[in-house]
Amino acid sequence: MSNIAISVENLSKSYLIGHNAAQSERYTSLRDVVARNARNLARKTRDMFSGRAIVQGDEVEEFWALKDVSFEIKQGDRVGIIGRNGAGKSTLLKILSRITEPTSGKVSIKGRVASLLEVGTGFHPELTGRENIFLNGAILGMSRAEIKSKFDEIVAFSEVEKFLDTPVKRYSSGMYVRLAFAVAAHLQPEILIVDEVLAVGDAQFQKKCIGKMEDVSKDGRTVLFVSHNMDAVNNLCHSALMLEGGVITRKGTSFDVTRQYLSSGRRATNNLNWIKPNNFKNDFADIVDIIGYSVLSDSGQNDSIIFKSRIYSVEIDANIKLRNQNIVFFLSYFSSSGELLFVSDCYDCPENYDDLGVGRITLSVKVPVELFNTGSYHMELSCVIHHMGWPMMGGKGQMMAFEFVDDSPATKMQFTANHPFTGSSKPGLLSVKLPWSIRQFAQS
Amino acid sequence: MNDFTLTVQPSSAASLAKTGPIWTPPKIDFAMTHPHTLIIEPGMADRHYWRDLWRYRELFFVLAWRDISVRYKQTIIGLAWALIQPLLTLVVLTVIFSKVAKLPTEGAAPYALLVFAGLLPWQLFATSLSGASGSLVGNANLISKVYFPRLIVPTAAVVVSFVDFLVSFVILLGLMLWYQFLPGWQILTLPLFVAMAFLASLGPGLWITALNVKYRDFRYVIPFIVQFGLYVSPVGFSSSVVPPEWRLLYSLNPVVGVIDGFRWAILGGESNLYIPGFLLSWAVIAFFLWLGIRQFRKMEKSFADLI
Repeated sequence: MSNIAISVENLSKSYLIGHNAAQSERYTSLRDVVARNARNLARKTRDMFSGRAIVQGDEVEEFWALKDVSFEIKQGDRVGIIGRNGAGKSTLLKILSRITEPTSGKVSIKGRVASLLEVGTGFHPELTGRENIFLNGAILGMSRAEIKSKFDEIVAFSEVEKFLDTPVKRYSSGMYVRLAFAVAAHLQPEILIVDEVLAVGDAQFQKKCIGKMEDVSKDGRTVLFVSHNMDAVNNLCHSALMLEGGVITRKGTSFDVTRQYLSSGRRATNNLNWIKPNNFKNDFADIVDIIGYSVLSDSGQNDSIIFKSRIYSVEIDANIKLRNQNIVFFLSYFSSSGELLFVSDCYDCPENYDDLGVGRITLSVKVPVELFNTGSYHMELSCVIHHMGWPMMGGKGQMMAFEFVDDSPATKMQFTANHPFTGSSKPGLLSVKLPWSIRQFAQS
Repeated sequence: MNDFTLTVQPSSAASLAKTGPIWTPPKIDFAMTHPHTLIIEPGMADRHYWRDLWRYRELFFVLAWRDISVRYKQTIIGLAWALIQPLLTLVVLTVIFSKVAKLPTEGAAPYALLVFAGLLPWQLFATSLSGASGSLVGNANLISKVYFPRLIVPTAAVVVSFVDFLVSFVILLGLMLWYQFLPGWQILTLPLFVAMAFLASLGPGLWITALNVKYRDFRYVIPFIVQFGLYVSPVGFSSSVVPPEWRLLYSLNPVVGVIDGFRWAILGGESNLYIPGFLLSWAVIAFFLWLGIRQFRKMEKSFADLI
């Protein structure tokens, strides 16, 4: 007996979408409008009799949300599905959970499926929390007896005991989401399909949910998980699929696929190599001309992913035209939300400073990878001549974005043990390891 | 399957590790369960449809219960609405058809009783029809997010009107007391005619609610049918006023058979059942039911894409 839980063969799904030609034309005459409307009416009538859906707009196009998608998922696997908005992730989940039919292809699923495409599907605002637990449970496929036996646990998990008999329309959005997730968390399917439901709720709630899903999957259930949160996919899933434009472009371990996903979006704007564009304005080009700067790894290649286990350095190329003791290059590191974390300038090592003579120079400085948490950061080079001005001010388009990824085996080990962070990254803008020591006192 | 444990894990790093109670899912013995393989293919007629429908019967009750309990929430007089509406309609119809138009009653039955015996099934039919017709679009959020046999939604909506029917039935009992009218044994057959009214509304209801998903024009059709039907059907008058040669044709309207049946059951010996017309009504009901289910099943698969 094979242990394939889900097998998908050449699955495709197309939709008809309409375009309005009228919006692209600047002038329209009454005659055109009448003619177009008549054409539209004729088409709609034809569609109606042939049993097709009415499509707004006067030009109809076939759109393939999924095209020839094939994959297999083994029983007990946790698989992440990632991709940009509109890549076909939700369509795939909808087909797997039988909400919509594929246009062609075949899926076979072994086992009871529960899909969670939304938190609180079918919640009725007028009904009380208690009533909604039963309603939502039944909608998700639980029997009444099943809900009854788990009712107390659901209530305890949701932390809304006090408001159980209040209509949910009076709930805060946090209470609403907690109650909804509490019901969903008590589903017991063999295959669990989860869409980006964690996007709602605060960070703590998200963490709680991810912990819950990990527990579910530890039990040998198959989990399909769609998320835009790469950390969540990495922590929860063994393997991942990447969808782009309705096609699977990458399959593999979740680590490889998420890495590919993160770098594919950035390549256009941010490879870690900035070269001064021709139109770059530098009022002090007769003193110092900045040629460019880049981040290089010990293996020589540059990529917007930075692994904490490797060594990286920033190299700044410049041309000193006129010797000036006041030239300072500095690097500013920012969090992804734009907060300045710290600045490092070439005054950090004043003993090297006399080497800043006339001619082509390359400054090199290490990236302090041990400081950073996982996640994305920005870095920017600036240059100032004290008492004169800025050859290169911040915010001139030289900002680089990169992603720190923790791949060191030691930390992973530590996380999988019963660690409070349940495998995700530590909170905080930075993540520094400090030498802790313990002094043990004898018991009195 | 009840070996759930709920433990709150105390943690020293209180603020960071506050992940709440740790939920331990129960172990599933996969060898014990019998995983049925589900095949999803385009255009595949779902062989297990009726079995699935049976499996989801609890959802049917839950949806019906939801609609019933929501119906009169945040209203002052609540269920009294189900009394006021038919009572006022009864007064108006009785005055117009009996006093103004001077139409005859059936046998010795009081005219108000005759009207109400027609109004009762008519309202049952009208509310179930409009309930079923709007049900799919009204539950769009469910349809686009979870799978279940969609047939549950309109049938559950039909059940809601039964509650209003029961309330209105109290008025009938009041009227019987008022006129000191004792029904015959025929009243025991009433459930049969209630079922007939349901089936009569379910057929067109299924078809229209499915069409409504695709073409929202149909939502304007229902109020029209309900308004028009009140005068076309023998609600305010006895169907015996229709000339005999037209009576069979008149019975093509399935509500005619339902109302005649109700009058026969409630008024007892005072009313005569026109058998050919009654059978024709049943045939029309059966036809519409077949058509409704067929069309509904045909369109069901595309509901989630269109809604």
